[in-house]
Amino acid sequence: MSFINYSSREINCKIVYYGPGLCGKTTNLQYIYAKTNPEAKGKMISLATETERTLFFDFLPLSLGEIRGFKTRFHLYTVPGQVFYDASRKLILKGVDGVVFVADSQIERMEANLESMENLKVNLQEQGYDLKQIPYVVQYNKRDLPNAATVEELSRLLNAERVPEFQSIAATGWGVFDTLKAIAKLVLQELKKGR
Amino acid sequence: MVSPQMVMYEEEFNQISAICDRLCREANSKVVFLVDKNGQLIASAGETENLDTTSLASLTAGNIAATGGLAKLIGEREFSILFHEGEKDNLHISIVAGRVILVVIFDARSSLGLVRLRVKKSTLELTGIFERLLKKIEDPAAGSPFAEITDEDIDNLFSD
Repeated sequence: MSFINYSSREINCKIVYYGPGLCGKTTNLQYIYAKTNPEAKGKMISLATETERTLFFDFLPLSLGEIRGFKTRFHLYTVPGQVFYDASRKLILKGVDGVVFVADSQIERMEANLESMENLKVNLQEQGYDLKQIPYVVQYNKRDLPNAATVEELSRLLNAERVPEFQSIAATGWGVFDTLKAIAKLVLQELKKGR
Repeated sequence: MVSPQMVMYEEEFNQISAICDRLCREANSKVVFLVDKNGQLIASAGETENLDTTSLASLTAGNIAATGGLAKLIGEREFSILFHEGEKDNLHISIVAGRVILVVIFDARSSLGLVRLRVKKSTLELTGIFERLLKKIEDPAAGSPFAEITDEDIDNLFSD
């Protein structure tokens, strides 16, 4: 849940990047970190294994500017994608304000995408959230790979809810900020509703 | 279940900050800070100038979440106190009112016993404040400060 601080006139929101192992969640954050002005970002933390697989989470604090005198700060988190880290994934979803599902466009990874999405729904439910109710967007990553499935196919399988969807190549940054802007906007619109 | 959104008002913030300041002094510690269980910094006191408090807050919350997960696995509700001992500095972490985390960083000028004693006293006071605060937040009359923002305000944030 977002945290509104009248004293420091700040509003903090938590966005979680979810998806199967090696789909590019950490790469999304790394690109955002590399392309953001130093004054708008904090340190990026990666709790990863020696082989750079996310072990617990990546964390990136980001300031987006002011709305009506309130500084808006977004805390971006990724979850570890590998199936056996499920206990950690649940913890990171605590207090989430918005979710980005990063799908791996490669045909071979479709099963992993579907499994991860099912896992997201179950884990959100355990925390008392419903994917249909919270700000949520889908990103189809690795569009540059030759074995990428068509967007229509991905959309049919992974976006039954018809939420905003984006194509991306996180390694070059294409589509990364479009995705971030979309989820940040949805989170702020939700706040406006005063949930 | 989903806990309500955290809102901090000037009045409670001043009370909380005063308690953190006093705890920092009385426990002879270097830094005291309070973090929401979701990883957001609420207040801090002491030598925070060279400290990345945002990262500390997020990692502390991750730490509490992970140990909370461990606790459940062995049939405990939670571990309410964690202690990390370093070569120079030590961390004392405890849970207040079930949803905020109090962190004290101290060195050889203090001791674990003193920190525990002072934390206990401050925890009682903080619990009272947070209970009142949560009631205030849940009061439907409180409203959202963002009810008046427009779609245009949001668009402006992303205009460049």
